[in-house]
Amino acid sequence: MKDKKILKNLFIGLVLFFLYLPILVLVLYSFNTSKLNILFEGFTLKWYRVLLENRSLLEALGNTLIVAITSTLVSTVIGTVSAIALKKYRFFGRSALNELLYIPIVIPEIVLGIALLSIYTFFHIELGLHTLILSHIAFSLPFVVVSVRSVLNSLDPHLEEAAADLGASPLRTFFHITLPAVMPGVISGALLAFTLSLDDVVISYFTAGPGSNTLPLKIYSMIKTGITPDVNALSSLILLVVISVLTLSTVIKIKRGRKEKAYE
Amino acid sequence: MKKHDSKLKWLILFPIIFYCLFLIVLPLLYIFIISFFQNDYYGGIIQIFTIKNYIQILDIVYIKVFLQSFFIALITTVICICIAYPFSLFVSEKKSRYKSIFLMLVIIPFLTNSLIRTYGWIVLLRKEGLINTVLSQLNLIDEPLALMYNNLGIVIGMVYTLLPFMILPVYSAVDKLDHAMIEAASDLGASKWQRFIHVIVPETLPGLFNGSLMVFIPAIGYFFISDLLGGGKLMLLGNLIKNQFLVARNWPFGASISIVLIMITFFLVKLYKKIGGKMDDLGGF
Repeated sequence: MKDKKILKNLFIGLVLFFLYLPILVLVLYSFNTSKLNILFEGFTLKWYRVLLENRSLLEALGNTLIVAITSTLVSTVIGTVSAIALKKYRFFGRSALNELLYIPIVIPEIVLGIALLSIYTFFHIELGLHTLILSHIAFSLPFVVVSVRSVLNSLDPHLEEAAADLGASPLRTFFHITLPAVMPGVISGALLAFTLSLDDVVISYFTAGPGSNTLPLKIYSMIKTGITPDVNALSSLILLVVISVLTLSTVIKIKRGRKEKAYE
Repeated sequence: MKKHDSKLKWLILFPIIFYCLFLIVLPLLYIFIISFFQNDYYGGIIQIFTIKNYIQILDIVYIKVFLQSFFIALITTVICICIAYPFSLFVSEKKSRYKSIFLMLVIIPFLTNSLIRTYGWIVLLRKEGLINTVLSQLNLIDEPLALMYNNLGIVIGMVYTLLPFMILPVYSAVDKLDHAMIEAASDLGASKWQRFIHVIVPETLPGLFNGSLMVFIPAIGYFFISDLLGGGKLMLLGNLIKNQFLVARNWPFGASISIVLIMITFFLVKLYKKIGGKMDDLGGF
């Protein structure tokens, strides 16, 4: 019985090791004095300094953040309002609209990418940051809708009625009752949209123009021509931010979970 | 009052309708239409109806690309299931505090850029990379192993990039298992394997299929993994579509392959619904 438990833990450990292996390697090499990335020679912080002077890399990072923040904001606002409206209102074409929203979630990214590229070309829209933002909204908005809807479905339908009966205006009901209630769905939808945008390679590849390089695209071209260790440094920094934010949110979640248990 | 309500309703619905029309329906309709057009030698589109593009897909060269892609995607999916299923079962047996920690640990790597992580694999797998260097220092190998620029490299990259998409839905299905039912089965004399085959697997089938969809479909289109870890030797559907649009500039042909890919996707989604999968679970993790 005990052996079995050890084996199970070993399996969990191995899977996690597999997931973290390439990341650990990059972090390790970001401190390596050798530029050639083969054997670890000595510890240095040089590449973090070099990174600060690599303007094209920092510009790509800036673009990535602009695109991710803008597209997440737009997707979250439209997605939240639409999820609520799609549940509340009955209208012609409602079920078609609901079905359409699944398309960007299920079809291969590459198909959405070339379809968007084609339509921009058709309308003579020049490629740039704006098309990139539009395309990121295209694939992230449905995820927000789905995320908000899943919370919405578990809500008490009489909540809004009760607010209305007590004399609250629709706007007041929305901001004081509905929105706070669906907030967990809004936040997880927004987080998902943000990470999908940060990570996207395929759709950006087709819809970015000259001068709107994002970090994934920049790294993609760098891998082909030769990558410099300051990319490792940047990756390590990004990782540090991600892990800090997530650790914080997990700790809060666990603490809240304990509190709820205490109330019970 | 009624009229005012209706105006407000359409005003609220306007953004999502606009979005669906201009960022989903129109782009897809457009590639559907050009898939029936001809291309000229300069990368342009001639508006003459033809089904030539679809017939061209039946060429043995392209059939091979389809088969290769499905093969790679299938192997990736099977390996992901073999890792994710036991992983989810074992994690679901933990205390709830550890469960959320383990899940967070699965999600963290996939929040960093997938290209950065793919690059990490190149550092590990290439001829003079970390794994080969360590193995030869330990005198375990005489010659460096060919770990990338082949199909092995592609599969490692695909499994790695897509594994979280399998773990999350499978885990949420496994975690929701009704333990009373499993106990009932064992009370009725079902052995461990019988319980697994007759109770656990059927109950978690939608989650399993959900994960398989989220792995199989992207695996067909992730051209950058076969580019970087396969050395561009193996042509996958993603690479083919990319080349038709950006290199060969035969948009109608690229569009026809995309339409076929959409059809396959819709077929798989239908299958998923048939076995009881919910659409909302597909995007939710």
